[in-house]
Formats: sequence, structure tokens, C-alpha cells
Amino acid sequence: MTNVAGAPPVQGQTKPRSRPSISGLIAQTEIDLRLFGMLVALAVILLAFDIMSGGQMISPTNMVTLSVQATGIAIIATGMVLVIVSRNIDLSVGSLVGFVAMSYALLMTDWFPNILHLPADFPLTWLLALAIGIAIGAAFGALQGFIIAYVGVPSFIVTLGGLLSIRGLVWYLSSGAAVSGLDPTFQLIGGGAAGSMGATLTWGVGVVGCLAIVWFLFTARRQRRRFEFPVRPMWAEAVIGVVGCMAILGLAAFANANYWPKGLATRYAAEHGIAVPAGGLQISTGFPYPIMLLIGVTIVMSWVAKRRRFGRFVFAYGGNPDAATLAGINTRWTILKTYVVMGILCALAAAVAAARLNGSTLDVGQSYELYVIAAAVVGGTSFAGGTGSIAGAVVGAFVMQSIAYGLSFNGVNSPGQNVVAGVVLILAVGFDAWNRRRSRS
Amino acid sequence: MTVTGATLAHMDGIPLAEMQNISVAFGGVHAVQNVTVDLRPGEVVGLVGGNGAGKTTLIRCLSGAHPADSGQILIDGKPVSIANPRDAKAYGIETIYQTLALAENIDASANVFLGRELTSRFGDLDDAAMESATRKVMGRLNPNFKNFKTPVVSLSGGQRQAIAIARAVHFNARILIMDEPTAALGPAETAQVRDLIKQLKSEGIGIFLISHDIHDVFDLADRISVMLHGKLVGTVNKADVTTDEVLAMIIMGKLPTEVTQRDLAALHG
Repeated sequence: MTNVAGAPPVQGQTKPRSRPSISGLIAQTEIDLRLFGMLVALAVILLAFDIMSGGQMISPTNMVTLSVQATGIAIIATGMVLVIVSRNIDLSVGSLVGFVAMSYALLMTDWFPNILHLPADFPLTWLLALAIGIAIGAAFGALQGFIIAYVGVPSFIVTLGGLLSIRGLVWYLSSGAAVSGLDPTFQLIGGGAAGSMGATLTWGVGVVGCLAIVWFLFTARRQRRRFEFPVRPMWAEAVIGVVGCMAILGLAAFANANYWPKGLATRYAAEHGIAVPAGGLQISTGFPYPIMLLIGVTIVMSWVAKRRRFGRFVFAYGGNPDAATLAGINTRWTILKTYVVMGILCALAAAVAAARLNGSTLDVGQSYELYVIAAAVVGGTSFAGGTGSIAGAVVGAFVMQSIAYGLSFNGVNSPGQNVVAGVVLILAVGFDAWNRRRSRS
Repeated sequence: MTVTGATLAHMDGIPLAEMQNISVAFGGVHAVQNVTVDLRPGEVVGLVGGNGAGKTTLIRCLSGAHPADSGQILIDGKPVSIANPRDAKAYGIETIYQTLALAENIDASANVFLGRELTSRFGDLDDAAMESATRKVMGRLNPNFKNFKTPVVSLSGGQRQAIAIARAVHFNARILIMDEPTAALGPAETAQVRDLIKQLKSEGIGIFLISHDIHDVFDLADRISVMLHGKLVGTVNKADVTTDEVLAMIIMGKLPTEVTQRDLAALHG
């Protein structure tokens, strides 16, 4: 028996070409080229709209607004990746967002004060509401997941039923009325001037992000060393580290260049006895809380998809359902869990939506399912199953939102935006299919 | 236990696995009818028969892929219930399916450890440890294999076969089921698989070998069980029969004792 583990590390398929070429150098950094390409596409889209608007669009304020608008779709899209990868679909997300958003509104305006008799200044109202909302989302997800995985009704049918009936339930929840007036702390989840971290915390987050990148690169390298696997060349590690840290700190600086609206800042100055300097008081908003939520969700979902057995099962099932079953995986339980995850993510997205509105209406979350599926698919998730990336779906959500925002900024109305969004979706998938066919032959 | 018309070798000791009076029906079709086979440690039992004879269906009962409608399975002489692949694996039964049953979108080590992933203290996947173990076992099966990071879809038939075998071998199987293990392989790789079967046999592992290729079976098996139209024709010691006699069992369903010179002549047209 050949002792492979003791043999010198093999270069394998990452072996660089003999003469240094650009593609060889890129291969050595082992960067996810697909994701990188999508980020480039996103930048091109934003720049194009910026040029069309005469350099007006790309400003800290607009970009922060755009990001917060993309948050809800992006959060749910991370879960839609797992659902589509495992050869299912979830059409009910928009209705579920509406149901949970209405639940938040009713909890904080009616049920907490009138049924639980919580005092208005109870400090954990927001947390209690969020916990109940997440439980509601998870319960709806579990119910749909059970019917799909254990009863065997196709997911398209079950969640189409969910789309209709859950939206109907929203009406019964509030008897058709819009509800407003949420807990002030809860409202921070929606972003805005108050719902942002401020300059100091934003820089803090930037530094923590940089440390995380360095730590991540270091542990990955040590892990590969432990088993004597080939490692990236040092220069590649350095390039990734430096570029990553610069990107994070750049975003922090950019977000800190977004200031509170003048009126709000002046009122704040008056309340706190601060002298307003000439040209107005400039208070940095920094990163909005919903963006922090999205970053947290993206990290956790990527970890679940790549580093946990559940994620491995989802991808294996998507690649070959029979193989997953024959390998002894409890595939039904795995599928059910993907829908529970979707329910939880819908509850988080609903929190952002309700907090931004300071309440809820009957149509919160309407057509979310379409944008979420579009985001996942533009982000590289294949309906054939087995392929998809969490980070890709988040970038996909930003691509779709950037197109909508850019068109609207340049005066295209909402039907026009829909036309373009639909065409882009088809083009993105068509390009991907063409690209795959080309690389296979 | 008696099997029609055959005297058995290895009658001493308790069989590793026995499948008694197994029947499986799909709708009205009796895929397997009242079939009894057994397997002893260090023994290779060849399971042969034409297409649709029920070999794969029978063996899927043992690997937990499809439970039998009736009959019982004994492991080490004790009746057991095998309702799914997890149960089978818990009894040390590993299967190499004809389809290989690989998830093609993930890499070799993810497939080898699928459903039995190695994890760190916090339950995170330990991909490095899994890759290391896979490199070791693949070094034994296919020393030239280098593509540990590529999804299985881009590998050759022989490489995929090696991964499917690695998955069965790595977990110290006691009972190995190989369904057409050399069907997709070239001559060199086939020879490698034959050597492996001999080695595993010498380690005391019992192997059910399903094959179309009667020469494969004659080379490797100690006993041969023949199926026809879902029924067991009989089980014979390889040493007691000729290939023609086994062919007569496969095609005519006649035992060596029943077969006439005329039948044998008819076989050769």
C-alpha cells in the first residue's frame, strides 16, 4: 500500500503554468472567479447608471439607501439558495414576510400592552417581538417543509398554496387594517439615521472585519499545513489579505461619509446642547443596522452551507438525491430543515420591512418571492440542483436592486424597471448556461 | 440450511449474512420470489443471472435501499431489521452500486464521507482530515488519483469507480456488496479491482459479487448463486461446476444434475 499521506505534497490541479500568465497568477490566489466576476458586473452597472445620471447617483447617501432596500431580498435569498440547490422552490416567502411583519406590528401595538400588559417602556419589547416573529416564521416553514418532505406534495404546489393562503391570513390578522407605531428600539432594525451605528462603531466593525480576514487566512493555511496539502504562495495570501482589508475599511469610510439629514442633526444638537458649526452639524451615520444584520446572516448561512453537515447534505441531495439517500442521509429531515431556515430568514426580513415602515400593511412583502428567486439565480444558483452560493445570491440581490434603483434614479418608472429586471434575469441565466456549455466542450 | 441441489463448502460456523425467503414485488411484478442466499467470512459469493433476473433487487434488501416485502435477514445468525441504508451500514454492510451513487457536484472526499462526515469538536466539517483519509485510501486503490478538489462530475469512469470503492472500503466493511464493479472499467482497472477483491477476501470480509461476466465470477467466487425470473435456480460450489453448467443455470434454469448433453449442445447453438 502506497503511503500517500507521507509522500511530498502534490501540486494537484492548482499547479501553476510554467511561464507566469495572468490566468495562472489568478489561479494561484484560488479566488472564486464567479463571485469576483459578479462583483465586477455590479460595479459596472452602478458606474453606468452613475454616468447616465451625470455623476449624481454614486454618493454615500444613495448607496446606503440602495443597500438597505436590497437587505430584505438578500437575507431571504441566502435561504432560497439552499431550497433551490436541493431541487425545491419556495413561492410563499413574500406572504410569510407579510404575515410576520403584521404580527410584529400587532404584537407591539396591541397584544403586548393589552394582553400581556407589558409596560410601554419595557426594555426587551423588541427582542420578545423578534423571538415570537422568528418562531412564527419557523413554524410556517416547518409545516410547509413537512408537507413537502414527508407527505410528498411538490414544493411548487405547497408553497403556491402558501403564497395564497398566508397572504389571506394577513388580512384576518388585522381585519384588513394597516397597523403602525412600533417599539422605538425595534425601529432601529430598519436603518435610517437613528438606525445606524455612527462613526466610531463603524470603524470598529471595519477593524474587526480586517482581523477576521487575517485570522481566517491564517487558520486555513495552518490547517492545510497540518496535513501537508499544497498551500497558496505567500504573495497570494498577502494580496487577498490587503485587498480584503482595504475593501472593508473603504466601505466603512464611505458609510461614514453619509451624514444625518440637516434637520435631524440640528434638532439633535438642540436637544443635547451642542453648538451647531457653520455649514451645519455633520454626524456620520456609518453602517445601518439592517446591513449589519445582512452581513451576519450571510456569514452564518455561508458557514452553514459550507462548514456544517446540514449544508453538505443539502448540496449532495441536490447533486444526486438517490446517492444522498443511499449514503444514509435522512433526506426528508434535511429538506424540512431548509424550509425552517427559510421561515426564520423571512421573519428577519419582515423585521427590517416592518421597522422601516414603523408598522405593517396588507401588502408588505408582495412579490418578494420573484425578486428573491431572481437574486439567487442571478447569483449562480442552478435550477438543476446542486449548485449555488450564498455570497453569490447576496451579490445577485444587490445587482437586481442596483438596476431598479439606477433606472428609477434616471427617471424610468416602475413598469419599465420590471421590464428591464425580467430581461436581465433571463440574460444572466442564459449567459451562465452558454458559459457552462462552452467550458464543458 | 439447505440449498437445492448443491453441496456447500464452508458449512462450518455461522454465516456472516443470510437472506432467507426474500420476496419483493413492484405492483404485480414479482421481482424476487422466495430467494435464500448466504455469505461466510472470507468468502466471495457470485450472484449471476440475466437482465431482470432480480439480482440487484435482492441485494438492495441487504443494503437497505429497498426493504423486502417478506423474508428475513440474519447477521451473525441473529435476525435483524434493515429498513434503510443507515441500518445496513451499522451492521458493517457496505455497497458499491452499479450506478456508483455518487453526488457529482461535490469532491472525492465529500463523497467518501457522505453521511459519515468527520467533524471538529464544535461539529464543523473537518474537510482537511477527510481529504487526508481519502488520500490514504485512494493511494491504495488508484495511486495516480490526484484530483481531490474537483467535483466528481469531471472525473473519468475509472476514477469514479475508485471513489465508490474507497467509500465502501474505508469504513471497515464486514460484508461488501459489489454490483457490477468492473462494468465501466478498462482492462488495467479491472485487474486492480480483482486484486482488491482477493485482498479483501483474505482479510476475512464476505463479498456478494453481482456480475454479468461469468469469467469474472469464475475467477473470483467461491460459490455461485444463479437467479432467473426472480427465483433462485440454485447455489453451487465453483469447484464442482463448469462454465457451461452455470450458463445452463442462467439461461435454462436447469441445475447441473438436471442438465443433459443435448442442453449443453444447444447452449453453443
